[in-house]
Amino acid sequence: MSKKFGLFGGLLGLLAFAPLVFEDYGLGLMIGIVSYAILAQAWSLFSGPTRYISLATVAFYGVGAYVVAVLNEDLAYPLILLIAVGTGLVMSLAVGIATLRLAGVYFVIFSFGLAELVRQLITWYEVNVSGTLGRYIFLPFEARHIYWMLLVLAGVTFAIAWWIRNSRTGMALRVIGEDEDVASHVGINITRTKLLLFAISASLMTLVGAIQAPRWVYIEPSIVFNPTVSFLTVIMALLGGPHRLLGPICGVIPLFLLFEWLSANFPNHYSILLGGVFILIVFLLPKGVLEFVDRFRLGGAAK
Amino acid sequence: MLTTSLVIGLVLGGTYALAALGLTMQYGVSRIMNLAYGEFVIVAAFATFVLVSTLGLDPLLSLLLVGPAAFVISYAVYSVLMAPLVKRSRKGGNLEIDSILVTFGLLFLIQGILLVIFGADFQSYSYLNVAVDLFGVTIAANQVLAFGLATVLGIGLFLLIRFTRWGLILRAVAHRPDNAPLVAINVDRVAQLAFAFGGMLAAQAGVVISMFQTFTATAGVVFTMKALIVVIMGGVGNFLGALIAGLILGLVEAFVSAYLDPGLTLASTYLIFLVLLLWRPQGLFGKSVS
Amino acid sequence: MTDRRRVLRTTAFAVAALTAATSLFTGQSIASADTVRIGYAVSKTGPNSAGTGITTIPNYVLWVKDVNEAGGLKLPDGSRRMIEVIEYDDRSSSEEAVRAVERLAVQDKVDFILPPWGTGFNLAIAPLMDKFGYPQLAVTAVTDMAPKFVQRWKKSFWFLGGGSDYSKALAEILGSAHKSGQINNKVAVVSVADGFGIDLIKSARPAFKEAGLELVFDKTYPLGTKDFNSLLTEAKTSGADTFVAFSYPPGTFGMAKQSKVLGFNPKVMYLGVGVGFPVFTKIMGPDVAGVMSLGGVDPNSQDFKDYAARHTAATTNSPDFWASSVTYASLQTLQQAIERVGLDRDAVAKEISTGEFDTILGKIKLEDNQLRKLWWTGQWQDGSFAAVSPNSRDGASSVVIPKPEWSQ
Repeated sequence: MSKKFGLFGGLLGLLAFAPLVFEDYGLGLMIGIVSYAILAQAWSLFSGPTRYISLATVAFYGVGAYVVAVLNEDLAYPLILLIAVGTGLVMSLAVGIATLRLAGVYFVIFSFGLAELVRQLITWYEVNVSGTLGRYIFLPFEARHIYWMLLVLAGVTFAIAWWIRNSRTGMALRVIGEDEDVASHVGINITRTKLLLFAISASLMTLVGAIQAPRWVYIEPSIVFNPTVSFLTVIMALLGGPHRLLGPICGVIPLFLLFEWLSANFPNHYSILLGGVFILIVFLLPKGVLEFVDRFRLGGAAK
Repeated sequence: MLTTSLVIGLVLGGTYALAALGLTMQYGVSRIMNLAYGEFVIVAAFATFVLVSTLGLDPLLSLLLVGPAAFVISYAVYSVLMAPLVKRSRKGGNLEIDSILVTFGLLFLIQGILLVIFGADFQSYSYLNVAVDLFGVTIAANQVLAFGLATVLGIGLFLLIRFTRWGLILRAVAHRPDNAPLVAINVDRVAQLAFAFGGMLAAQAGVVISMFQTFTATAGVVFTMKALIVVIMGGVGNFLGALIAGLILGLVEAFVSAYLDPGLTLASTYLIFLVLLLWRPQGLFGKSVS
Repeated sequence: MTDRRRVLRTTAFAVAALTAATSLFTGQSIASADTVRIGYAVSKTGPNSAGTGITTIPNYVLWVKDVNEAGGLKLPDGSRRMIEVIEYDDRSSSEEAVRAVERLAVQDKVDFILPPWGTGFNLAIAPLMDKFGYPQLAVTAVTDMAPKFVQRWKKSFWFLGGGSDYSKALAEILGSAHKSGQINNKVAVVSVADGFGIDLIKSARPAFKEAGLELVFDKTYPLGTKDFNSLLTEAKTSGADTFVAFSYPPGTFGMAKQSKVLGFNPKVMYLGVGVGFPVFTKIMGPDVAGVMSLGGVDPNSQDFKDYAARHTAATTNSPDFWASSVTYASLQTLQQAIERVGLDRDAVAKEISTGEFDTILGKIKLEDNQLRKLWWTGQWQDGSFAAVSPNSRDGASSVVIPKPEWSQ
């Protein structure tokens, strides 16, 4: 066990030196990869075992970025991050209590609606209450600072994922994923377990948004609540396999680099190629999808 | 004031319902979660635009051309992309996930092709953009047309499904795909026809909507999302549900705009959707899955 | 424990893949010495692609074509070098825009970087442009903060003014029309709830008040709204002679179309972004007459006419009447600065900041790194979007109030 931890720590330590090796662009790539790795891992944390496909990723990610945008001139940075986590936590608990009884595609669309609702409410609040739309973030962070923070968060995320898998909660979750009725018969508190996972997952997503925000300088709802983030997270995690510890990262790295390569080399035909590649992946590599499918059927709707 | 909001809301809701009918068919019967649905709507809008601006065709006539064309194309799309997945799903694959991934790719593919052909510019033409008086409320004729079409199709399809043999077959495939073959129903074929028919409905919505809305190559996603919300709200596979859900959304938007704050229109439609889903997790007219 | 072996294997694979991929991506592209490399990352897909495709990309394409057909960019020693373009798609995401600029600066080592479309994206890349020492000629970024940004990023240039410039110009027009009895003092305003709309309405409120106008209807609507029947019906019954919408396309188009149907024909109709787009005349036909918006051009300027003809020939679309010509002028500024001082980016930035340039907008000289000689308000008159404010400037047309009735 300790060997595995050593390896994990060593890898993180090694990656921490990336800013010394890579120039800005390489570092930019690493930031993108690490942030999506966290998002996909956090997403899988909840969605892997419970089989809930959530499109609410960007709701939390965006809220994190917004907290930083609102507070960056008034508070110390670590305090802002704490507030961001708190906001994500409260929000996810409130949402979770209300929604976790929805199943299958109903939850999918619900979570999408939730992200849009949050975006609309923040817009309305900014326009009518604070009277500004579009906020500036001037924090003295360079790419490498953001990278290191993300790397620490990635470490934490993977540790949490590992810990949950090997704890009673993880066991409980797997039972819930297999069969909710059995789970309740063996005395698992389904709602509480799901809620806990949802909250942890959401808080991590909130933090990613909060850490990445200083990179964009200017923030408004249409920028931070970009639904693409939710979709990419799901797609990456699904292709990698969300029920495995290292599944998400295996989806993130190739897909992220593929997107980057396509948009850099075929800027005028990016969409066509991306679409084509996607279809090919599903047909030629059913393994990536199939593996996950074995255990990851969409709740009731797929029956 | 009240009548004004009522009429405006109903007409707007008609558009939402119209854009959702095809999806409720595709998802309800064929069980294909088509994320590229909105792209079918947009392609039809572009096709109409081309027919109108190059051949000078009347948009209503193009309905007769674009609709059947969409049927054929959707039929082919199903053969090429969906049928192998359906086959695979019998051997332990998951049709819902696979179809989400494939149609996600299809979404980008279609969007990319539209971008290359038409560029990113806004497209628009005017047709039936004349005032009609509806209970003392002035409204555009093209929007009334959309509302009328939605109502007729919505109720018509509902009755068709409810009371005809064809409808019985569709319902059998939708609710008991495993048992349907026992009564000599060719599930694959019915699913394929339903998918194609859904594509045709999407195209007809696209033709009518293009008469009054400006559209771009990248506007499809918005239609998909709105349609999904309407479909889920109304209960998957239920045409009457989709019609009513669409109308509810339109009414909420109109009344919030008039009596509360126009800034909250979109927030309130999402809120209504979320609340309704919590109250009835299977949608307004959905059958409980369990 | 097989689990551990799998973890090990996967980790090894991940590290190897990451290293291989990163080195693949960070491979240097070789610059050939006899071209000038110009890079840009713009939104070719996603929600920003429409605006980018109308205002930004066509002008980049046209400018490169114009320069290369003339034999290339002229340098101080009289030699000419062809432009080599490196373009990326930022997919309408700030994060991608930031990374693309890093790539252009560090990997491709381009000589100059042209900005993306939109205020938010220009601000997102500003710190990096500054860090890497590239002058940033921000055109499609309307912000009242420009003077502050110039302090922060010394090589940033702002070509399109701020929201308050536009709203004050409008208030002035409306104020004097009211004084001369052409319109009543009531104004109905709607604004889109995004950075642009809110910037404008915020500065418009005090400006209108100062001009003796009363806001009888003042609402915002969410971005993405497609139906304006409710809003327009209320504006119509508000008793205002003036309807102002700080709107974005396609909302602008929807409002124009629906106003026509509703028979909502205020004496002054001012709509936001999109009125100057070529498609607007297609949508409205002869009914564009009298509609006002931001920007405008001098309809008698031969320079603009030539430019519009070239633009139409090169990109199959005519330019928009607000930011298109300014975008092209910003590129001419860059071109002439290079001709005077060469490819040294510091020197070019200094030259842009202090020099005077001969562009399709006439002679321009930046003040505090900002282009201030702009048209703030335009109005459709006789088939062209004529500039009406500032009315003291040469080439200004006089504003027509009330606007003509809708044709039907």
